[in-house]
Amino acid sequence: MAQTTTLQPTAAPTHDAPRTGNWDGGNEPFKASYGKLMMWIFLLSDAFTFGAFLTAYGMIRHKHEVFVGEASAFHFSTKWWPIPDHVFNAFPGMGHANVPLGFVALMTMILIFSSVTMVLAVEAGHRMDKKDVQKWLLWTILFGSIFLCSQAWEWGHFIRGHEEGTLMADGTVFHGANLAVNQYGPVLFADLFFFITGFHGTHVFSGVCLLIWCFVATTNGTFEKRGHYEMIEKIGLYWHFVDLVWVFVFTFFYLV
Amino acid sequence: MASHAATDHANLTGELAKPNTGRIWRIFFVLVGITALEFAITFALEAQHFRTMRNSILIGLTILKAFFIVGEFMHLKQETKGLIWMVLVPTVLLIWLLVALVTEGSAIGETLAHMFS
Repeated sequence: MAQTTTLQPTAAPTHDAPRTGNWDGGNEPFKASYGKLMMWIFLLSDAFTFGAFLTAYGMIRHKHEVFVGEASAFHFSTKWWPIPDHVFNAFPGMGHANVPLGFVALMTMILIFSSVTMVLAVEAGHRMDKKDVQKWLLWTILFGSIFLCSQAWEWGHFIRGHEEGTLMADGTVFHGANLAVNQYGPVLFADLFFFITGFHGTHVFSGVCLLIWCFVATTNGTFEKRGHYEMIEKIGLYWHFVDLVWVFVFTFFYLV
Repeated sequence: MASHAATDHANLTGELAKPNTGRIWRIFFVLVGITALEFAITFALEAQHFRTMRNSILIGLTILKAFFIVGEFMHLKQETKGLIWMVLVPTVLLIWLLVALVTEGSAIGETLAHMFS
């Protein structure tokens, strides 16, 4: 039709040509691919969520009284904020032995190690080495799952509590913790523990699911046919972010 | 990296490239070292009058760890300047929010403690 060609003279000849103009999709902002850029923006928004959690933690903690005196004289009371290494001092299979923060340190190492195996999977993807990608993905899935199991144990121990318990205001001795009462300190201490580590654990769980999917797709040759392993890079960004969040949770919740 | 798709295609046919992972393992040992140091400092400086200094050191080391994870593992160092700023600027605002609300929390605590005295 002559009328359409006069209205859009350049439309017909360039119809099948790749779009290269700035305003029709040919331009990559920040020279990053669409998927990776969106992953960065998502992670930034997720950082706001965790930032809000840790900010709330900092504010509530500073609002409460601090235990004054020698650390060895510390005992649990709802009056002051607990010292973390008196709360998290158990290790699986070691009964009532006092191992302050030992298990959390191990969990941190496991997560850092899973981050390394993840970056090795990304590196293998760059080389189009399917076998290596599979190998490192499996290691990452393994360490991610171990971390999740460790966290489940940690929660179980936190909920069951220490043997001695704490004398509450109503005269009864309470063991462990729930959202309304806990033996370690102010109510909000346990609430923040459940929400912050729970939200982080949910992220690890989603990460493990995504990695399992990645492993299946790699095995089926999906990425090889596609010509690149960018999906591994994108999931890798997510996985490193989860590790990064744990680094901050470890410092602000357990160490400081 | 923006140009990875092009470099990957070169490897499609022919031999697989040798893994180049020395740097990754070095950073892993740096991260483990910093974590061990944090752990040691937590117990070495447990006394009351060291509290502020200890916490400052711990937060500094945590930010150093974050720098290695984001810069090296997430390859942010290799992205464009614009993307780096896009990630850093909102994060700095988050730190401001954290400092502001922690101060606010202390003020609320003080007020509550002296409310009836």
